[in-house]
Amino acid sequence: MSLDKDTVRTIANLARLEVRDDELDHLAGELSNIMTFVEQLAEVNTDGVQPMTSVAAMDLPRRPDVVTDGNCRDKILANAPEQQDGFFLVPKVVE
Amino acid sequence: MTKLTNLTMADARKALAAKEFTAVELVDAHIKQAEKAKPLNAFVTETFDLAREQAKASDVRIAKGEAGAMEGLPIGMKDLFCTEGVRTTACSKILSNFVPPYESTVSGNLKKAGAVTIGKTALDEFAMGSSNMTSAFGNVENPWKRKSDPSVKLVPGGSSGGSASAIASRSVMAATGTDTGGSIRQPAAFCGIVGIKPTYGRCSRWGVVAFASSLDQAGPMTRSVRDAAIMLGAMAGHDPKDSTSAPMPVPNFEAALTGDIRGLKVGIPKEYRPDGLSAEVQALWDNGIAMLKDAGATPVEISLPHTKYALATYYIIAPAECSSNLARYDGLRYGVRVEGKTLDEMYSKSRAAGFGKEVRRRILVGTYVLSAGYYDAYYAKAQKVRRLIADDFAKAFQTVDVILTPTAPSAAFGMGETDDNPVTMWLNDVFTIPTSMAGLPGLSLPGGLSADGLPLGLQLIGRPFDEETVLRVADVMEKAVGFNALPAFVEV
Repeated sequence: MSLDKDTVRTIANLARLEVRDDELDHLAGELSNIMTFVEQLAEVNTDGVQPMTSVAAMDLPRRPDVVTDGNCRDKILANAPEQQDGFFLVPKVVE
Repeated sequence: MTKLTNLTMADARKALAAKEFTAVELVDAHIKQAEKAKPLNAFVTETFDLAREQAKASDVRIAKGEAGAMEGLPIGMKDLFCTEGVRTTACSKILSNFVPPYESTVSGNLKKAGAVTIGKTALDEFAMGSSNMTSAFGNVENPWKRKSDPSVKLVPGGSSGGSASAIASRSVMAATGTDTGGSIRQPAAFCGIVGIKPTYGRCSRWGVVAFASSLDQAGPMTRSVRDAAIMLGAMAGHDPKDSTSAPMPVPNFEAALTGDIRGLKVGIPKEYRPDGLSAEVQALWDNGIAMLKDAGATPVEISLPHTKYALATYYIIAPAECSSNLARYDGLRYGVRVEGKTLDEMYSKSRAAGFGKEVRRRILVGTYVLSAGYYDAYYAKAQKVRRLIADDFAKAFQTVDVILTPTAPSAAFGMGETDDNPVTMWLNDVFTIPTSMAGLPGLSLPGGLSADGLPLGLQLIGRPFDEETVLRVADVMEKAVGFNALPAFVEV
């Protein structure tokens, strides 16, 4: 499988990763290489095999639907690059 | 008397109880050694002052007879474990200023057991790498040197390379590691120490910076098998905050070291002898098999037919999970932020500035294999092959009790000795990844030295939640190997 520059640009946009135009060729080459490597899986017969979503042989535990944490706004905001009046600050999203 | 920095934790614990020295003296001796070994760059953040305070508190508890299982023992904490009030970077630029307001369960458990952390150890960025060369805080050096050319700087392996280097250089007695595809076992092999990745679910993942959540597992790295048993006991345990944490009691792992492995069946997988495997590694493995035979165990040839697909499966599943997990780094709530005109531009610029090349590569691969139209062909397919790999092990364990393989296909390599193809670097983990895919416990211990004077590791793989058998066999092998070689930076 070979990825072209446009595909790399699309994936990078989906992943919200800015990629410069002059990096696209190199990245397309690297990613194509990796995809070619993983494509060997196509030769494995997996008919009737259930996908393995977890190696833990257990059911997801349940707990009572009650608040167990909270009242720590300042702790949560302590690492925020920008904050104001107890809120995270983001660039304007609504015109 | 043995130098304080050359003691095992088991011996130091006895000596502390017998008041032969204090925890403050023990911790100070290691801080001094860490300062001497500073050129190795094993630590991202040193917490020497905090450690001295904790050591004083340990001495008080020892005097009162209230010592925990690791009271006063100086350790390193992989910088992937969130530590309250102490910067936690995952060796990424994007977290270079992150100070967690909470403590990970595992580091908290170790603190409760009395362990004293003298610093946060370096890793490959977000634990993605096998050389420690993807860290945003510089390469870590392996204290071991080639006989043929001691001037070559060798990698400590990765991703837990800072922990391995710090232990081998006697800067700490032990350290935490995490293992997603071999990140405890491969650096343990490269640095001549012991490391065990426990069964998935044995140690809580809560508060550990996530890479690939269905694979990540924390474990101890130490200089002896007994120390690994002690430390695993302190780290492990059910944690309601991690829904995949196993609700099982923690056995007394030390009690499993009976020295008796007579009658055990040891699986020798024929697929781990690929063409081109170095004669040296083959000989090491054969020697390990002979040791087990001498101790009364029976080697049995087994087949794990899907072994050759494990690497490709891993490099779909791990990047897929990584791309999801790392979506949280948005420059908004924590970490590095680069301004943009719009919210999306801020995300894209922050992430481009904050992530290194290997992490970026894996996020892109992961995003691609999860994207519409490709999900079934790649991700779902990999999940199916993953089940076949796990089934291979389950079948083998119907006839054998434990499996023996080499840990890595080579000894530590030199910085810059690999080519630019990322797939070549990934081959380092070819013997460790299948165990991770199946969630099984795997331990690496030193099996001997290469002709060029570098440590080589042997791997023992066990049934789910049977770390006890793995440790019991490892303890017997450790005695048979009698590994006592020392790296540079270490004086007897």
